[in-house]
Amino acid sequence: MIDFKLPEVGENITSGDVLRVLVKAGDAVAKDQPVLELETDKATIEVPSSVGGQVKAIKVKAGDRVKVGQVIFSVDENGSGAPAVQATTGTSASGASAAAAADTPAAPLHPPAAPPDPDVATPAAAAARRPTGDKVVDISRGARTTGAAPPTETPAGPAAPAAPSVRRLAREIGVDINEVRGTGPRGRISLDDVKEHAKRLITAGPAASSGAASGLITEPLPDFAKWGEIERQPLRAVRRKTAVHLTAAWQTIPHVTQHDSADITNLESIRKGYSKLAEAAGGPLTVTAVAVKIVATALKVFPQFNSAIDLASDELIVKKYIHIGVAVDTDRGLLVPVIKDADKKNMIQIAAELAQLSEKARSRKIALEEMQGGCFSVSNLGGIGGTLFTPIVNFPEVAILGISRGKYEPVYNKTTGQFEPRFMLPLSLSYDHRVIDGADGIRFLRWIVEAFEQPFVMALQG
Amino acid sequence: MISIQVVVIGGGPGGYAAAFLAADLGLTTVLVDAEPNPGGVCVYRGCIPSKALLHVAKLIAESRHAKAWGIEFGEPKVDLDKLRAFKDGVVKRLTSGTGQLAKARKVTFIQGVASLVDPRSLTIKKTAGGEETVQFEHAIIATGSVPAIPPMLRVDDPRVMDSTGALDLPDVPKTLLVVGGGYIGLELGSVYAQLGSAVTVVEMTGGLLLGADRDLVDILAKRINSTMKSVLLNTRVTQITAEEAGIRVVFEGAGVTEDAREQVFDRVLVSVGRRPNASVPGLGKTKVQLTERGFIVVDEQMRTAEPSIFAIGDVVGEPMLAHKASHEGRVAVEVIAGENVAFRSRAIPAVVFTDPEIAWAGLTEAQAQAEGRTVSIARFPWGASGRAVTLDRSDGMTKLVIDPSTERILGVGLVGPGAGELIAEGALAIEMGANATDLRLTIHPHPTLTETVMESAEVFFGQATHVYRPKR
Repeated sequence: MIDFKLPEVGENITSGDVLRVLVKAGDAVAKDQPVLELETDKATIEVPSSVGGQVKAIKVKAGDRVKVGQVIFSVDENGSGAPAVQATTGTSASGASAAAAADTPAAPLHPPAAPPDPDVATPAAAAARRPTGDKVVDISRGARTTGAAPPTETPAGPAAPAAPSVRRLAREIGVDINEVRGTGPRGRISLDDVKEHAKRLITAGPAASSGAASGLITEPLPDFAKWGEIERQPLRAVRRKTAVHLTAAWQTIPHVTQHDSADITNLESIRKGYSKLAEAAGGPLTVTAVAVKIVATALKVFPQFNSAIDLASDELIVKKYIHIGVAVDTDRGLLVPVIKDADKKNMIQIAAELAQLSEKARSRKIALEEMQGGCFSVSNLGGIGGTLFTPIVNFPEVAILGISRGKYEPVYNKTTGQFEPRFMLPLSLSYDHRVIDGADGIRFLRWIVEAFEQPFVMALQG
Repeated sequence: MISIQVVVIGGGPGGYAAAFLAADLGLTTVLVDAEPNPGGVCVYRGCIPSKALLHVAKLIAESRHAKAWGIEFGEPKVDLDKLRAFKDGVVKRLTSGTGQLAKARKVTFIQGVASLVDPRSLTIKKTAGGEETVQFEHAIIATGSVPAIPPMLRVDDPRVMDSTGALDLPDVPKTLLVVGGGYIGLELGSVYAQLGSAVTVVEMTGGLLLGADRDLVDILAKRINSTMKSVLLNTRVTQITAEEAGIRVVFEGAGVTEDAREQVFDRVLVSVGRRPNASVPGLGKTKVQLTERGFIVVDEQMRTAEPSIFAIGDVVGEPMLAHKASHEGRVAVEVIAGENVAFRSRAIPAVVFTDPEIAWAGLTEAQAQAEGRTVSIARFPWGASGRAVTLDRSDGMTKLVIDPSTERILGVGLVGPGAGELIAEGALAIEMGANATDLRLTIHPHPTLTETVMESAEVFFGQATHVYRPKR
């Protein structure tokens, strides 16, 4: 049995009133666990236990006036709880003391004749003076979030080449100055560099700050191995890029998807009729090739679908060129080669180029430039199946056309009064609602449907 | 009872800078200090009065030096009362100035001693009598530091002085012993030496001005050896007794010969350093933590472990310098006002106002060595400076501590007349992240000592106009 006595709780405090006893007989108490709320003058203090064990007799109750050194309770140190320590030790030694002792030289036998010169504080000594962190507290106004925060010493490596004003701005807007790329001579960081960096962080989402897929907002994963065998595979580069890119697109763009279907019964017979010709010229005349031509023409009619939004400057960037991206399924993952100037190419040229780019993508020979500069993307999953889907806009584009598998459906013919089997192609248009409204979306999609049904409209309007 | 947003305890250069900024930001502010006006140790018995005296000391030295230029003034006659009045006048003018600034800003200045009651209130025992209770949202502790006198050197005799006593200029003793070769001892020792005292400096370690680079100190030491009677290095005081004839001091160490082990001095100045003054009554009622050496623990936003209490200046750590305190004070107030700022300075310039002056900022060569950092050192001797030669003071040097890979200026060191003014450019260069090319390409006026900064950058590239360095 050892006694826990009221330790020194502060300078000039010899006694206090017990507000609350936080433990009761039989409780297991650990060292440093708050056991008593003590009111001294106006300050209320939580008194931590200096002993551990099972609480036996409690000698004080709320309302009692207790003096420093008075027994509060006794514990059985063999009971549950932390190992017992000297019962009368006051407040436990602070973590900083060991470090602080290091910069207090051992007292010489004779008093020193030399000053501990004020100007020789080493960074290590300064660090030792820093607090070791404290609890979160709640205070009334301003930016007070924590008590003495853990030290954020300048990270290793050279300090960022930036003026104090620039460093302060970075801190204020929450940018780590060490992550900012300086555009000045020898990487000097200007105010504009910090702003630019912040802008990129905002537009690219959290992913841009640390690269990789860390931008994915995820809950912590459970331990799947609990339920059976698992295998951890590293993410491949294309997969990781896709994850980051589509997360950013999904988080940035308010998506709307509209569906419709086009009667391509007539188109199909024409397409098949000309496919041999196209193949001889470089590639089969596929539905995708036709769709690329239709979309390219539609962008001429609806230029707002060929744009990008720049919120930083409050501008809509309208492109005067028409490059169409086509999603290609490869064993590495999804790739999107781009057919440049698709509006200036005929369907046979497009079919040939599409065949060539798809092959390059699948055989890993495609160059980065061949996948850049797209204005609008087409994703045709019809070759595999599906009725409808909601494609994600390929940021910074503003719309994407998804194509599912065509099939024969009974379509009512007003003229004959009969249901007729027609070959219908399901189309899904996703777009960025910041740029495009619903009415414009459906107008665009209707135009595409009509172009599939009656390619004449392309020559008419395109 | 007063209820306000910010109370600043201590009216030194950190405290009043904080209080003034708080008022400028629209916070209701109380400033408490024991003196009749804001100013603190710095203005009342530190930086300011010592500089007034050092200015006079420099004039005496120059008038003696003038003999070499064909001008003779004869031995100076010192009217100590008038000199003291000049120094006191300087202090009075500056402190009444800060007092007026406080009034103009509507900072409530209360002369008295504050005791914390709890983390949100304190009482002030007013010098004028009576007590005032202040309830506050935030307190800033800026209670500074006091001279450290080891018990062994505590002699109850007015002839054994600390810096405060020495600044009072009681007389010009025939012999003066300065215990401690730091900046306070050397500055005040210089004053007394120029006024006519035979000054002995005793220093326990092997060199003066610990913390400054040796190449800078060597140049100062050369001159000090001629202006002071003697400098005893590696020597300590083992016994000190007041006798009628003077203060008897026993030395021990490599710096004294056997027959000089015991000496009697008219006066002794003890300047072995300063210690933090965290003895705010009632501090124990808060969560504020102290280090073993008695400094208040704060983070880089100057917060203590008690959320409502901040601390700044000498009481939170070294270097104990007024300009560091002011900067910290402003950071604390901005944080209180809700801004996300922190004390992140890269260079706190240090100046020793001896003759010649020594000044440095940022990384010193010694620090770089201790940390094992690779640095390039570029030195420009003032013998090559036209301006220094016209002053007949070529005993100076400007040096840059440079990161060889980025050519960034990491530190600047100066010794020579006016070094204290010149170091500001060094601090700016370090804070701005300037490199040696930036300094080299900035046109400095001719003929001035500032050119030595530009030319030492040229030395780094081996292209200084006035220094020829054979190609290696």
